Amino acid sequence: MKILVCISNVPDTTSKINFTEGDTKFDTSGIQFVINPNDEFGLTRAMWFKEKQGATVHVATVGEASTEPTIRKALAIGADEAIRVDAAPADGFFVARQLAEVVKNGGYDLVIAGRESIDYNGGMVPGIMAALLDMNFVNTCISLEVDGNNATAVREIDGGKEKVSTTLPLIIGGQKGLVEESDLRIPNMRGIMMARQKKLNVVPPVDATPATKETRFEKPAPKGEVKLVDADNVGELVELLHNEAKVI
Amino acid sequence: MKPDLFESPDYFMLDDLLSEEHKLVRDATRQWVKRSVSPIIEEYAQKAEFPKELLGGLAEIGAFGPYIPQEYGGAGLDQISYGLIMQEIERGDSGIRSTASVQSSLVMYPIFAYGTEEQKKKFLPKLATGDLIGCFGLTEPDHGSNPSGMVTNFKDKGDHYLLNGAKLWISNSPFADIAVVWAKNEEGRIHGLIVERGMEGFSTPETHNKWSLRASATGELIFDNVKVPKENLLPGKNGLGAPLGCLDSARYGIAWGAIGAAMDCYDTALRYAKERVQFGRPIAATQLQQKKLAEMITEITKAQLLAFRLGQLKNEGKATTAQISMAKRNNVEMAIKIAREARQVLGGMGITGEYSIMRHMMNLESVITYEGTHDIHLLITGADITGIPAFS
Repeated sequence: MKILVCISNVPDTTSKINFTEGDTKFDTSGIQFVINPNDEFGLTRAMWFKEKQGATVHVATVGEASTEPTIRKALAIGADEAIRVDAAPADGFFVARQLAEVVKNGGYDLVIAGRESIDYNGGMVPGIMAALLDMNFVNTCISLEVDGNNATAVREIDGGKEKVSTTLPLIIGGQKGLVEESDLRIPNMRGIMMARQKKLNVVPPVDATPATKETRFEKPAPKGEVKLVDADNVGELVELLHNEAKVI
Repeated sequence: MKPDLFESPDYFMLDDLLSEEHKLVRDATRQWVKRSVSPIIEEYAQKAEFPKELLGGLAEIGAFGPYIPQEYGGAGLDQISYGLIMQEIERGDSGIRSTASVQSSLVMYPIFAYGTEEQKKKFLPKLATGDLIGCFGLTEPDHGSNPSGMVTNFKDKGDHYLLNGAKLWISNSPFADIAVVWAKNEEGRIHGLIVERGMEGFSTPETHNKWSLRASATGELIFDNVKVPKENLLPGKNGLGAPLGCLDSARYGIAWGAIGAAMDCYDTALRYAKERVQFGRPIAATQLQQKKLAEMITEITKAQLLAFRLGQLKNEGKATTAQISMAKRNNVEMAIKIAREARQVLGGMGITGEYSIMRHMMNLESVITYEGTHDIHLLITGADITGIPAFS
C-alpha cells in the first residue's frame, strides 16, 4: 500500500496572532510553525500502516522553502519520502489542485489529509482533491482500517458516529481519533539523522487560479472582564444577572 | 505540579545560528520533556526516587550517546545537538540530565574513545538502547578534587585482574549494569576497567538523604577482590588524562544543561511576576522585580553565547579543557544565582513543589560541585593563563 499524507505548515497553537499591511497579511514574525495537528494524527496512523502492514509513506506539502523544517520533521518521524510543491498555498482550491497532481503522479492507494488546517480552517482540501481525482472520500474520519483493497472507516457525524466501508484508492479527511494525542510521535535522534538522507523532492506548481482572495483579517473582539461572585452570595449573582447582564 | 507552560527565551535570536536539524533535535527533546518528565518529576523528587520509567524514553529519543556514530547505535549528531539535548533535559531536571550525561559522556564515550572494537560492539549498542545502563567511578571517599591520589587498584593475576577499592558519589550506581572504573595498576598508572554487575565482590550501595538530585540515584561502588576479565580493560588510553577526557565531554554537556535549568527558573519567574498582583498591579511592574528578571535574561543570553561558541569549537576539535572548565563554571553559577533570584520573585510559592524553581536550586548545588568543583574550575583557568598550577 502506498500512502500519501498531506501536511499543512501551520502556526503553533500557542502563537499570538497578528496582522500587518493594513490587516491584509498574517504576521509570521516570531511564529513557530508545526505540522497541522489533524495531519499529524494522519501521519501517525500512516506510520502504523507502515509498521504493521508494510505500507510506504510519502508526505507532501504545498509551500515555499520555509516550510521544509516541518516536512523534514515528518521524515524524521518516519515517512519515507517527501514532496514539496514549491508555491505559497494561496487558498484551499489552489492547494487541492496541487496535491491532486501529486496524487495523480504518485499512484497512491490511500491519501490521508487533515479534515482542516488549524490556521485558516477552510476544511476544503481533501474534498476538492477527491472531486478532482474522482476518488472515494471519507471526511471527519476518526478510525481507519485497511484490509487488502477494502477500507473500513468511522466518521464523526452530528451526535454520533457512522461506520462506512469503501475501497481503495481512497482519500480521507482525518482528525483526532485516527490516533490519540498520546500516540503522536516525537522524532528521535536517529530518525532526525536518517531524515538527512531521505528524498525531499521539490516540484513546480501546476497552473491553478485561486478561487478566493483574502481582503482583510479581523481578530475577534477581546473577551470582557470576568466578575467573580462568592459562592455564598447568590443574591448578588441574581442581581447582576438581572440588572447588569440582563439575561434573567 | 502546574502544567508545563515553558517558553524558551531567545533574546539574541540564537535560533538563527542553529541549523534546522539542531532546532528539530532541540524541539523534539523539549516535547519529550514536556510529555514525559514534567508531569512526574516533582513527585519523584519529593519521594527521593529515580523515575526508572524514563530510561526507555531517554533511549527512545536518542539521549544516550547522541554523538556516538550510528554504527555503534548512536545517532552521529554533532556537539551542538548534544548540548541542546542536555539543555532541554536539564530544563526538566538536573538529575535526569545527569543520568543521560553519565551514560553518554562517562560510559559510552570512554568505551568509544579508548575501547577495543570488541568492547565497542559488545557494549555501545546496548547502552544506546538503554538495555544496559552504565556509571562512572572516579571519585573516592578521600580523593575528590585530587583524583590522581586514588587508592582503588588492580593487580595482574595472569588470566584476570583483581580489583580492590571504593568509589563514592556515583550517579546511576544503584541500578547500573556496568561501571567504567578508574583504578591504578601495580605501577601506579591509572587505567579504565569495565566492571559488570554480578561480578563477585562488586556491590553498589545507595546514598540516601540527599537534599539535591533527589530524582537521581547516587551511590557507591565497592570492589572487594573483584575478578575482572582482562578483555574488560580499556586499552586505548591510560593516565589521568583518560578519565579527564571523559569529564571534558560531560562538563561540556553540563555547560549547556545548566542553561536549561536557568531558563526554566527565569520563564517561571517571568510568568509569575506578570500574573501576581500586589498593590493593585502585577509585581512585574515594580523596579526591583524588573531588575531581577532583566539580570536573569542578560546572564542567560551570555551563557547561551558561551555554550554555542564552545559547541562550535568542540565540533572543530579545538575546545580545550580550560575553555570547557570556564563554560561549566560560569554557566552553573549563572543558573544557581538565577534559581535563587527566581525563588525570591515567587515569594512563598517559590518554596513549594508547585513550581520547579526550588528543585532546580537544590539540584544545582550538586551540579556546581560535581565534575570539578566551582573552585577547582577557577584554578584550571588560573593555571591555564599563568602557566602555574595552584593545586599541585
